Amino acid sequence: MQDLLQQLLNGLSQGSIYALIAVGYTMIYGIIQLINFAHGDVIMVGAYVALGAALMGFGFIPSLLMAMIACAILGVVIERVAYRKVRPVSRLAALTSAIGVSLFLEYIMMYFLGADIRTYPPGILVGRTYSLGGVLITNKDLLVLGTTLVLVVILQYIIFRTRTGKAMRAVSYDGQAAQLMGVNVNNTVAITFFIGSAMAAAAGILYGIYFNSVQPLMGLMPGLKAFIAAVLGGIGSIPGAMLGGILLGMTESLVAGFGGSMYRDAVAFIILILILLIKPTGLLGKGVQEKV
Amino acid sequence: MKAMSKWNKSVALLTALILVLGVFAAGCGGNEESDAIKIGVNYELSGNVATYGTSCKNGIMLAFEEINKNDGVLGKQIEGVVQDNKSQNREARNVAEKLVSEGVVAVIGPATTGNVQAEEPVLTKAKIPLLATAATAPEVTYDEKTKKVRDYVFRVCIIDPDQSQVMANYIFDELKLKTGSILVDKGNDYSVGLGKTFKEYFTAKGGKIVAEEGFVDTDTAFKPQLTSISSKKPDFIYIPAYYNQVGLIIKQARELGVNLPIMGADGWDSPKLVDLATADSLNKCYFTNHYSVEDPAERIQNFVKAYQEKYDSTPDAFAALGYDAGYLMAEAIKQAGSPDPEKIQQAIADIKGFEGVTGKLSYDEKHNPIKEVSIIEMANGKQKLIKKMLPEH
Amino acid sequence: MILKKYSTSITICLALALFFTIVQLGISGGLISGYWVTNLYLMGINIILAASLNLINGFTGEFSLGHAGFMAVGAFTGGIVTANLGLPFPLAVAAGMLAAAIAGVIVGLPTLRLRGDYLAIATLGFGEIVRVVLMNIDYVGGASGLMGIPEVVSWPVIFISVVLSLLLIRNFICSSHGRACLAVRENDVAAQMMGVNITYYKVLAFVIGAALAGLAGVLYAHYYSIIQPKEFSFMLTFDVLVMVMVGGLGSLTGSVVGAVLLTIASAFLQAIPELRMVLYAVLLIAAAVFRPQGLFGEKEVTLQTFKRWGGVFSGLAGHKQAD
Repeated sequence: MQDLLQQLLNGLSQGSIYALIAVGYTMIYGIIQLINFAHGDVIMVGAYVALGAALMGFGFIPSLLMAMIACAILGVVIERVAYRKVRPVSRLAALTSAIGVSLFLEYIMMYFLGADIRTYPPGILVGRTYSLGGVLITNKDLLVLGTTLVLVVILQYIIFRTRTGKAMRAVSYDGQAAQLMGVNVNNTVAITFFIGSAMAAAAGILYGIYFNSVQPLMGLMPGLKAFIAAVLGGIGSIPGAMLGGILLGMTESLVAGFGGSMYRDAVAFIILILILLIKPTGLLGKGVQEKV
Repeated sequence: MKAMSKWNKSVALLTALILVLGVFAAGCGGNEESDAIKIGVNYELSGNVATYGTSCKNGIMLAFEEINKNDGVLGKQIEGVVQDNKSQNREARNVAEKLVSEGVVAVIGPATTGNVQAEEPVLTKAKIPLLATAATAPEVTYDEKTKKVRDYVFRVCIIDPDQSQVMANYIFDELKLKTGSILVDKGNDYSVGLGKTFKEYFTAKGGKIVAEEGFVDTDTAFKPQLTSISSKKPDFIYIPAYYNQVGLIIKQARELGVNLPIMGADGWDSPKLVDLATADSLNKCYFTNHYSVEDPAERIQNFVKAYQEKYDSTPDAFAALGYDAGYLMAEAIKQAGSPDPEKIQQAIADIKGFEGVTGKLSYDEKHNPIKEVSIIEMANGKQKLIKKMLPEH
Repeated sequence: MILKKYSTSITICLALALFFTIVQLGISGGLISGYWVTNLYLMGINIILAASLNLINGFTGEFSLGHAGFMAVGAFTGGIVTANLGLPFPLAVAAGMLAAAIAGVIVGLPTLRLRGDYLAIATLGFGEIVRVVLMNIDYVGGASGLMGIPEVVSWPVIFISVVLSLLLIRNFICSSHGRACLAVRENDVAAQMMGVNITYYKVLAFVIGAALAGLAGVLYAHYYSIIQPKEFSFMLTFDVLVMVMVGGLGSLTGSVVGAVLLTIASAFLQAIPELRMVLYAVLLIAAAVFRPQGLFGEKEVTLQTFKRWGGVFSGLAGHKQAD
């Protein structure tokens, strides 16, 4: 029983990181129907920026903010350079472009900084472990859970309580109609990238601290997993992404903890295929008929 | 019909044109003649095991530099032709082809088993000797299927079963721990091989393995496996994997309150291990290695000093093996009396009692060196040499 | 009249025969170094991979990223046939292609109903699953991989495989099946209303593409003689995708050019692998942004093209002589 709870907790932390990445994924997919393949690599860039800040002696919060701002700008640049022109032409061309951006970020980092794994200076977070009835929880777990929760609440507020959020929802529902109603679609898309990429940067620094490692290919797998989480929760839905991420993290943890560690990645992809076949709208997604 | 003929023309003619381009390109790979003895240095300078390859290469080039300063061999200088195989099998082979076409008389490297195995057919066909530095799988020099020794393949390192045997003996006899668990990288032949032989030796001595878990190279979250292992209550965990994963695993184990001794093998040897795992977490950790920087022997300390001067870093075991490989190759060329690949091959096979920094080396009938294995303990982030043991054969 | 009708075919056959002979003489005469022979074989394998991926992505408008997986299935099946069972190479080719085709059906049937971009992630997942499963099968050597596969791949084998593969794809595209696939790509709803069974054609093209990737895998295994599951990661698929995109989605000759150019580029950039990947990335983005239809778009390089170029070149040559 205690093992089971420990495994669920292990999954919860991992899942929260997935959730934070999935939130960005789901926003971007929701608004322009593009799998932003490079989203995972924005995480990596975020982790590096935060690493740089931390090495210069900044603490956790300033490093986090710097990474979020840098990545938000990066996200907007990526959208402007690699997606804006192709988006209306073809979805597959846009996806190809996204894969290109992903490879570009990975290998340009590797070219300049090397493939070596780097670590955060130990001072950024002094590790502590607490015991809750035999289940061990570290302050890193708490940090990950707390940060994710705070950011998602802020995001929900932006989307449902501000004008920008209203515009985002309108564009996501029907881009052309929104434009006719006077919404600046391009700006709204840029803002979506801005926010989504900032979330990714937060996920990046959390991931880097949680696993104590930063390297150029670190974003690839979490990025794919987060996409699966977003689909699982229902693409376009923020609570869905959150739920999907945590469910996926816990499932993986249970699979790995009870003898199937080799098939952890496989299980995630099987979940993806199953959910797409059985309930393509995801757990919390709204059923929208695909338009001809 | 019109479409058909258009297609006909296009597909075939284009194939032809383009492949001609390839042939042109082939012409560009010209050789320059020089008087130096060329030795191929085929290493992992980029990719996932780049630190091993780079260390080996540095050791080799240091050896060559010293040899050349002392008038080279047979009155000629040695030229190391360095190539990067990107830690990929197929590149290791392509690079070997390239080295052969550049007229090397012998090749040192690559570092890892898989890459050496990919390269081997090329060199055997060209009858050029291959000296591996850190490829520790028995299969490298001996073909299990045909029960034949690979004539042109040699190595300077001990083999995996020697490492796991020494560790099993040490744990059982000296640390007196009787129930163990194993965690291996399932995607890595080196890790899987060590885990398997360790289990055989340890259970043969009367020990028990209560948990066996695995992971794959893309994993970063190891707490699920560690939770599962610790619920089986073993006395120690044996993790024969590469430092980049081991570092994360040890850190996560300590966070989970798993304070068991953790053991491993030469893949741990990297200064990065301490960064990843942190010094505290590494207490009660032991691993087998080819040598120890802490060894007071004069030969070793001279090497450590020369290496630090040239590269500004402490040489790990891979650098030491590379250094030994460089000297061994020079010695073989000297014994052969001419830089002729076939004669060099014979000379390497005949080497007896070669004194290297990783120990005294002679070859057995399977081209494997018989050498002592060092056992190293991590104490507050520093490596400490516990003892050296000769594996039983 | 008859002669004229077949003149292009004859020209092509002669050109191919001539090219084959020149290269064969070059190899046996030792004019082409072992390193470039390797690259020549790789070119052949890459052409098959790129052309078959283009069949799926370019001609039916799907987006598969599972090529490394199909290649692995072919490579390991072929390897089992020769290395473990000791049967001859042609059987390995047949078995490898068949196994990859079956994998294609298994993956294709459920996933091809998904939209193109979901399919991309699902097939990427398939490739990863294949890799992990192979690592866990001791019969094929687990992580250390399958060893001792006979090295039977030679220039004639590569050459014939490439020519036959291209011929197969070309004939498929030019057949009524191929036109149905194009119809599906252009507008699947309209195609369906015209009575085209979309799923059937999507799966058919997908399976042919998978089988050819399997062939490439068999060739790969029987050239390198040792194959490890980790070699077939999705980076390999991305390499092939770059070749297809550079050549142009929907252009078969484009794929050939893309495969050859990028194999050569990769050989020259061998010393700086990160830069090679950066270059690939830039090519992908540039291809997608500036020419979503690729270097060649859907155009094919034809004899006419050569005649045009020939005019330009002979003009230039004449100019040179005059100097």
